[in-house]
Amino acid sequence: MSSVFQIDFGGSQPEPVVGIDLGTTNSLVAYMDLTGPKVVPGQDGGHLVPSVVHAGDGAPLVGNSARQMLIDDPERTVYSVKRLMGRGLADVEKEAALFPFRFAEGSESVLRLRLGDRTFTPPEISAFILLQLKRNAEAFLGRAVNRAVVTVPAYFNDAQRQATKDAGRIAGLDVLRLVNEPTAASLAYGLDKRRDGIVAVYDLGGGTFDISILKIRDGIFEVLATNGDTRLGGDDIDNHLLRIALQDIHSEWGLDLARNGSAVQLLRRAVIEAKERLSTVPLTTIQLDYQGRSYRRELTRDQFEALVRGIVDRTLGPCRNCLKDAGVAVEQIDEVVLVGGSTRIPLVRQAVENLFRARPHTELNPEEVVALGAAVQAGILTGDVPDKLLLDVTPLSLGIETLGGIASKIVHRNSTIPASATEVFTTAVDGQRNVLIHVVQGERELVKDCRSLARFDLQGIDPLPAGAPRIEVRFLIDANGILSVTARDQRTGKEHSVEVKPSYGLTDDQVEAMIRDSIERAAEDFSERQVREARLEADTILAAIEKARAGEAWLEMTAQEAAAIEQALNELLTVYCSDDHALIRAHIEKLNQATLHLAEIMMNTAVRDALKGTQI
Amino acid sequence: MDAPDYFHFFGLDPRLTLDSADLETRFYRLSRQLHPDRHAQAAPAERDRALEASAILNDAYRTLRDPVARAEYQLKRQGFEPTKEVPAELLDEVFDLNLALEELRAGDASVRPRLQAARDRFRALLAESDAALERLFAAYDQAPGPATLAPIRAALNRRKYISNLVQQVESESPS
Repeated sequence: MSSVFQIDFGGSQPEPVVGIDLGTTNSLVAYMDLTGPKVVPGQDGGHLVPSVVHAGDGAPLVGNSARQMLIDDPERTVYSVKRLMGRGLADVEKEAALFPFRFAEGSESVLRLRLGDRTFTPPEISAFILLQLKRNAEAFLGRAVNRAVVTVPAYFNDAQRQATKDAGRIAGLDVLRLVNEPTAASLAYGLDKRRDGIVAVYDLGGGTFDISILKIRDGIFEVLATNGDTRLGGDDIDNHLLRIALQDIHSEWGLDLARNGSAVQLLRRAVIEAKERLSTVPLTTIQLDYQGRSYRRELTRDQFEALVRGIVDRTLGPCRNCLKDAGVAVEQIDEVVLVGGSTRIPLVRQAVENLFRARPHTELNPEEVVALGAAVQAGILTGDVPDKLLLDVTPLSLGIETLGGIASKIVHRNSTIPASATEVFTTAVDGQRNVLIHVVQGERELVKDCRSLARFDLQGIDPLPAGAPRIEVRFLIDANGILSVTARDQRTGKEHSVEVKPSYGLTDDQVEAMIRDSIERAAEDFSERQVREARLEADTILAAIEKARAGEAWLEMTAQEAAAIEQALNELLTVYCSDDHALIRAHIEKLNQATLHLAEIMMNTAVRDALKGTQI
Repeated sequence: MDAPDYFHFFGLDPRLTLDSADLETRFYRLSRQLHPDRHAQAAPAERDRALEASAILNDAYRTLRDPVARAEYQLKRQGFEPTKEVPAELLDEVFDLNLALEELRAGDASVRPRLQAARDRFRALLAESDAALERLFAAYDQAPGPATLAPIRAALNRRKYISNLVQQVESESPS
């Protein structure tokens, strides 16, 4: 019998399934190892990949390098694209003013972002982020990664979920499952290990707010209810502070910077940094130095809290509604979990404590916990985590339009998914060949107050007198919270074809076209990239040794040690140009081993110097 | 596909009084077997079956866990369609309530005590009709048949009417 720790060199391991938190501000990818979920470090070693994409003349930049482009080339740089997923132009008019990029013609049902002379839909921009995360995971795990669990806000509607799935397809990722962010967080906390009970997850991220209440029993995570606001988050705080600072500057300098993309992004960064500092210190200064002029504004935590209290309070209504829907009294909540970067704000923590009358869990990094939970969910799907199971709900009621513009509910909000409903339809005039069904999501009575989801066209109905055909239509919401519709003739048992016309979002054909067009994907060759990355790693170690050669530590080595390093270095240079990434990596490792003592001496020297420096 | 028998799905006899803790245990056990996440690595056909079965399981649980939905389900299967008759003995009170609500909407806050009294009264009626239903459920389980189902149909109609009244008065005059 083999030991758990025995490494399988045969390459027979199944392909990994990673967990991805595709966030408004930052994105992360995590994986399961034998001890539990872990975050994959990015190219620069950090865990967070800023959800920023720069689409310039060359290959698109993602993450920290793109973040810099917000200031250098704001018109071709996109941030917070998650707020645009599954939306139409009318939805984003208010927030569009502060975005540095513009929307192209024909953005009514799917937004098209104009970046320079190219246009992109939000799923395409998100696909660039997913592709970067996929590559980070492949570089770190040393294996191809083609399958993922991706998280979405619990309160995302069908179009927003579909847009996220489309992004995965465009990035060449098979999205096995969309999982709701608060639910994922509860998995990461392993709350089932402690005891059975009722848990509230409060998730205030960069752009979205979710509250979910779960019942945990014997490893089953049953969501009782969820609520939220998909346009409420840290971004709103940033935008509020930004508007105030812009007004300040306007009155101080007599200059309106609002239309100056670079200046707005510099100022945006300044207010975000000030906001973050105020979570730990009581007083800070918002600073902007721009074209020889300087703006300074002191901000105390009290002032900050007075400014943003309204935004924080907007989370409380959904919390109360969620408790009501879950049929749970505040006193019955056993644990509260905080998720999302915005929950670092003391005012937010206080609001949560006051409402739930419990000290929330903060042991896990609120920015990593969702990705970790997604990795656990990936483990559930692969069978590596056999003891847990998530039973999630649909956040919004599903309705069909009936006479007089009434939305007749067929699946109620907070129904456990998968969920289904069956309705029988007929024709209104003699010989009618097709029936159009308008499906909406939302809680309001009238169709016009709900979110139009799609129109389903039932085709190929036999020409019969009005009211004679009986077409049974089955609406099925899958475990991802995405709707599909099938129809069959009750009389003949024949399946009808259903053409889907999404109200917001891409059609299947459009997504297919994007996949074909994706040059990124065509150029993608896993082994080629591995070679490239191995060479980059070799460059790093070679550069480090050149630098060390000039230092004192080099002289402290024995002659044998120095000779061993030289030999390993020459060997690495010999294989550097080979196409065998494993060979390059093997020699990197050999060189690494040869330099262990050197590294130790250098570390000691550094510590000694540091200690000297502190002596007065 | 014929409509599945929800009771049968849970391995239960079609009874209207159910032990909710037992139902939950059965639901969790079936979820572990049927949920699509348990079949994610299977062939597409098996995944489709898991999705379908799991949807039915959840629909069934949603129906059976709620006493009213459970009874409605059983009534429908036995050919008792819901009707919209107004309980005659409540007509006077409903008339009073609507008058008070109109006065409130017109800005007359002095009717609030009357509304609160109405709210308390309707809540009590709701609790009363729930208790009555429980007795009728037990009677049906003792001797299942049209004779014991018919009074349940009438009691559910009445309960629905009262429940709508409670909702109306609660939404107009929050406590």
